[in-house]
Amino acid sequence: MTHKQKLVGALVLLAAFQSFILFAGFFAPYDFATQDRERPFAPPTTLHFMDARGNVLIRPVIYNLAGSGPSVGVSQTDSEHPYPVHFFVRGAPYKIAGVFASNMHLFGVEAPGHIFLMGSDAYGRDQFSRFLFGGQISMLAGLIAAILSVSIGIIVGGIAGFYGGWVDELLMRGGELFLALPWLYLLFAVRAALPLHISQWELFLLLVSVMGLIGWARPARLIRGVVLSAKQRNFVVAARGFGASDAYLLRRHVLPQTYGVLLTQMTLLIPQYVLAEVTLTFLGLGVGEPLPSWGSLLSSLQQYYVLSSYWWMFLPALFLIPLFLVFYTAADALQELHKSVTL
Amino acid sequence: MKYCARRLFHATLLLLGVSILSFVILQLAPGDFFSPLRLNPQISSRTVTGLRSQYGLDRPLPVRYGHWLRAVLQGDLGPSFAYNSPVTPLLAIRTRNTILLTGTSMLLAWILAIPLGICCAVHRGKWGDRAGGAVTSALLTVPDLVLFLVLLLLAVRTGWFPTGGMVSASFGDLNLWNKVKDIAEHLFLPAFGLAIATLPTLLRHVRSAMIEVLEAPFIRAARAHGIAERRVLLRYALPVAASPLISLFGFSLGTMLSASLLVEVILSWPGIGPLLVEAILAKDVYVVMGAVMLSSVFLVAGNLFADLMLFAADPRIRVE
Repeated sequence: MTHKQKLVGALVLLAAFQSFILFAGFFAPYDFATQDRERPFAPPTTLHFMDARGNVLIRPVIYNLAGSGPSVGVSQTDSEHPYPVHFFVRGAPYKIAGVFASNMHLFGVEAPGHIFLMGSDAYGRDQFSRFLFGGQISMLAGLIAAILSVSIGIIVGGIAGFYGGWVDELLMRGGELFLALPWLYLLFAVRAALPLHISQWELFLLLVSVMGLIGWARPARLIRGVVLSAKQRNFVVAARGFGASDAYLLRRHVLPQTYGVLLTQMTLLIPQYVLAEVTLTFLGLGVGEPLPSWGSLLSSLQQYYVLSSYWWMFLPALFLIPLFLVFYTAADALQELHKSVTL
Repeated sequence: MKYCARRLFHATLLLLGVSILSFVILQLAPGDFFSPLRLNPQISSRTVTGLRSQYGLDRPLPVRYGHWLRAVLQGDLGPSFAYNSPVTPLLAIRTRNTILLTGTSMLLAWILAIPLGICCAVHRGKWGDRAGGAVTSALLTVPDLVLFLVLLLLAVRTGWFPTGGMVSASFGDLNLWNKVKDIAEHLFLPAFGLAIATLPTLLRHVRSAMIEVLEAPFIRAARAHGIAERRVLLRYALPVAASPLISLFGFSLGTMLSASLLVEVILSWPGIGPLLVEAILAKDVYVVMGAVMLSSVFLVAGNLFADLMLFAADPRIRVE
């Protein structure tokens, strides 16, 4: 498989995964905050393609758990009342990308029935819906922070590499300062500086900007390196000889050569920042209830009884692994592709 | 000698920068440890003001930094509000625990990584190398958080390992040998987890460093002279491949305090990690400062150590 094919494959998978998350409202049967106090820790709902008499069904059905009330851990189903799974049903209202309002869901079951594809949490909230909606927050965190880091990196690295001299020295020493800091600790220190009781969205934006701001040093270094070698290329020197201004040289000749590094850095930084957000939230320092994020989905595992009794609480974690695999594959392929282009 | 002095100077400057940066960030925070006390109607505002001035929280920032820096140079990291004791002994115990954990896991990871990495490099492209590559890639994609949670689940479900803490409840009654055994039992799971988490990176570095060297002409020459393969690998190739590994080793020495935060929190090892998280939630600023500073000192010292080792080991750097 060539690197190009690998890259295309990874990008297609990535796009598919991201569209699931972007259109979380459509793919999720419930709202992320809808509680069902009667069904805490319900195990994942099984889809039945055959009814009790062994006839094959065109439309899969589900059965509710037998008995109501806080029947923790009960897995007996009430097979008397099948609830067929309907597609394109009207349900809880949601917004796509915060703009387009709708209440159309890909699938769902009629009211007394409950479909929990990944089980439910302590408050009887659908884990599958929370995973999809949580992805919006976690991925957004990764994206914003990575864009921030890379933009600062390109400004600082570009200036340092292009102008050199004491400017370069100063900026890179500053970068060393940020590299020398244990970044998770620094993130914590900054988190300690933030007030504990501010609105969730403010907290989210603050955290994300802090993550992005701390991480500028590494992309800046890499971009500086590329700029350093780029500005000595003959065509750049020639353009300078023809009297091109610094701004023109940077924009037209030098910075375009950094795009490969930039893209690779983005694909590496996004999963890293997603993980940072997940870690912070897991430790109770990030975005809190009722907003779901992948970190808060996992944080319930810190309780022993959840960890040992409800295996489906692990499902969100397992879905993260292929996502990261795709990201790293894309980064790998980009790196190789970029190497073969420049050589 | 001049090189050493310059590196040392840089390192000190760097630490000073780190301390100012984190001090400013922390002290700019709205509210402090005593702010919640104001909400308590049973505590008069005079008491709170008194407490704040007792700990010097009412003085301007540069003054506080000066005081703090002077105290730190004398080995006093300031008071912990939550524990009502000085930070230094508190951190000392936690640091010891953390280093016990990270030291063990580092040893484990390096002992595994070097021979495995050499093996992969020698059998490059064969099935062993491919399998190794697949396993390391797979391990790299598993987030540490998930890995540690799975280990915790393993411990809880099987009962083979104690879950959490560093010693059993009956630790005080045990004799010396049993004490060591007890700690080792508690240590195994977190150390193993951390080693697994760091192993892939190390393995990849060892492998790529070795591959680069094995392609060099002098290795072919050595082989052509009929020198035994084992000797070629260990005596000729490894020392040349060591430079990037020494930097990496210095870096992993440097992260000894900060790498284990997650594993400590999840598997409740009483190291610096849990202390730091608690301190942050309680706004116990001097504990946070102490932990951040200590881990930065380690990082800087680790990098410095690596530079000096490289200077000693690699003649190319000496010439420059």
